Amino acid sequence: MIKMTCRAALSLIVLGACTPAPEGVSVHDPYEETNREAHEFNAAIGGMFGGDDDEVDDGPAIPVEITSKVVNFGDNVSLPGMVVNGILQGNIDNAFQNSARFVLNTTVGLLGFFDPATGLGLAEVETDFGETLSIWGVPEGAYLELPVLGPSTERALAGRIVDMIIGPLEFVGTKEQIEYATIGKIAGRVIKASEVGDTISGVLDDSADSYAALRLIYLQNRRFELGTTLAQDVADPYDDFYGAQ
Amino acid sequence: MTHFTRRNMMVAGAAALSLPQAAVALSSASASALVDRLVADVNAVISSGKSEAGMIADFAKILDRHADVPTIARYCLGPDGRSASVAQMAAYTPAFANYIAAKYGRRFREFVGGEITVQGAKPIKSWIEVETTVLLRGRSPLQMDWHVSDRSGRHAFFNFIIEGVNMLLTERAEVGAMLDRQRGDLDKLIAEMWAA
Repeated sequence: MIKMTCRAALSLIVLGACTPAPEGVSVHDPYEETNREAHEFNAAIGGMFGGDDDEVDDGPAIPVEITSKVVNFGDNVSLPGMVVNGILQGNIDNAFQNSARFVLNTTVGLLGFFDPATGLGLAEVETDFGETLSIWGVPEGAYLELPVLGPSTERALAGRIVDMIIGPLEFVGTKEQIEYATIGKIAGRVIKASEVGDTISGVLDDSADSYAALRLIYLQNRRFELGTTLAQDVADPYDDFYGAQ
Repeated sequence: MTHFTRRNMMVAGAAALSLPQAAVALSSASASALVDRLVADVNAVISSGKSEAGMIADFAKILDRHADVPTIARYCLGPDGRSASVAQMAAYTPAFANYIAAKYGRRFREFVGGEITVQGAKPIKSWIEVETTVLLRGRSPLQMDWHVSDRSGRHAFFNFIIEGVNMLLTERAEVGAMLDRQRGDLDKLIAEMWAA
């Protein structure tokens, strides 16, 4: 199953093109069978949405004062990559804001463990190469659920892989710096996922088809973040009832 | 001479019932006011410190007061609603309301200490979209949009969208999956929704 997903990812990179999503369909999922296998796997390892469905609160054993520092550090080391993406997107304002934020939090914020920048109006402008591809006009492609990594699309996966390569630290940093940065990024991501995860996991645990529910939630949220929500994704129940058949 | 058929009387009755509400035209201001009242009611429930069951019962009342539940229920049933009998639809709507109140009411404790503020409103198609920001402790702010319409004869919300995730579209898929699991048996779906 993992092999098939990797093959899909590889062929995508080699061809450099994504499967175009058909008009009028808001979910494009030709790999559903493989995706569902990955979903079963993710549910079994409990990484995606809390494996235990009883009411045991396995929540924050680590105090929020510490987890927030890890999130801050992880966010900070991700900023240079976001600056590169801002420039590639032609969004100089965002690139400048993330640069200023990186400089401030790395120095005054003691290597990024603290976040004085947000208080000064320099909030993180979150972006990634998947968004760059979207701005460049690359279609979303097929929906993917990846083992361990969770929901994605062909375009988002290609972006993820490129993001791992283009981070400026990977070129100028020492081996140790790159290692700490990578660990920080992953730890920060795990903590953030567990925060949102409590809400999402509750919804998915109750779902009659948690695979389809996660797919729908992910695609809607991702399109919202990229500003590419489709026209047919607006629900007009009154039109259905009183308007033309 | 005026001849009052039963149908005419029903139409007149419905018009009279909806008059006090319909007197206020749907506008960005009136829709925002509705969301303000809704938020105040929700905040009161969250800070009441009631048990989960108590919160769910209160949330059901809020839905009744501020949401167009019959429209939401019918939309979420999708095309399967067309083959349902009148009696089945009459049984389905309150069952659906119970399902929604239980599902979202159970998540209320995650919002303790949270704050919802109205940012602005604008017309879309035949309704008003009211944008709010949800601030939760230790999390980035969430954008939550409420869709408010007067098509039911009064001002009521019929949809909310959290960070792009559309409740109507998501619940329509969910109800469809539930119905599939019951092999298309609407009566069994109704029973399942009461057990939620």
